[in-house]
Amino acid sequence: MLEVIKQPWPWYVAGPLIGLTVPALLILGNKHFGISANLRHICASCFPANVPFFQYDYKREVWNLFFVAGIVIGGALAAYFLANPAAIQVDPRLAEELAGYGINDFSGMVPAQLYSWNSLLTFRGLIMMVGGGFLVGFGSRYAGGCASGHSIMGLSTLQWPSLVATICFMAGGFLMANFILPIILNS
Amino acid sequence: MQSPLIESTAGFEARSQDTICINESHLQHKWYHNFKYLAVGVLFGIGFVKAEVISWFRIQEMFRLQSFHMYGIIGSAVMTGLISVWLIKRFGIKTLYGEPITFTPKKFNKGQVYGGLLFGLGWGLTGACPGPLFAQIGTGATVVAVVLASAVAGTWVYGRFRNSLPH
Repeated sequence: MLEVIKQPWPWYVAGPLIGLTVPALLILGNKHFGISANLRHICASCFPANVPFFQYDYKREVWNLFFVAGIVIGGALAAYFLANPAAIQVDPRLAEELAGYGINDFSGMVPAQLYSWNSLLTFRGLIMMVGGGFLVGFGSRYAGGCASGHSIMGLSTLQWPSLVATICFMAGGFLMANFILPIILNS
Repeated sequence: MQSPLIESTAGFEARSQDTICINESHLQHKWYHNFKYLAVGVLFGIGFVKAEVISWFRIQEMFRLQSFHMYGIIGSAVMTGLISVWLIKRFGIKTLYGEPITFTPKKFNKGQVYGGLLFGLGWGLTGACPGPLFAQIGTGATVVAVVLASAVAGTWVYGRFRNSLPH
């Protein structure tokens, strides 16, 4: 049994499990699934700085911080007790493209040659980690949610603004992965 | 002086329109009741890692149309969510505490387009949206804490300048 769990889970197992988060949070306490809001709660609790956007009762949202703390713990449990011993399978076309940029270590969830403390202060590292993180935080709050709040929770409740947001997420990602990222990785 | 009702409605407006996470429960629980959300998070985080949703490579394959995996995950997650929400509405299912489950319609604004595109650019770079960032840190990729800190900074800068941005 454990051997089966250690294998990478197929989409038709993981997708419904992730989708079940929606009714689980609703039934446990009428809570709406949305992870990026936690970034706002962190700002509101630690650096409110009289910005009106951060003046609200963040203590009512503590449940969501517990939820993401659970994600960190779940990530640790999966990595230390349920790790797949084999290297991650990467599509040959992607592997070939990445090899052209000198990236050939596919052992981790994030490419060690790009995401490491050593590469943090390189041009690629700064753009990808600091720049990318900034865009994720700025963009998700500007859009009013991220992939969980819009693409899963919003689409599950048939909100058309969430469909617009999801289409824009995908458009931005396509643009980055196919046209901008190659320039960054080549530098 | 504002009445408590208006105050609470104002708070609801601010939260529901600016963030998707709204908590309409009026019951007061001890803080340790929140551990049930932690338990859901643990299962969710394990699923994220085991399905490789948090893998930078899987996200790059998704945006290059090289793999069906992520589309299958998002599609079946949405289908599961849709059916669950339909069942909750159809049978008027209540929370564990007997409170009604409520839904708030989202209002369209241009932020969903501009912000959505910026978020997408960031997603393509980092290969992670906010949920996977937390799971990646859990797997031991400590440098992702820098990405998360930068995302918090991005959220702060948005909050600081949101009045001068088109919405």
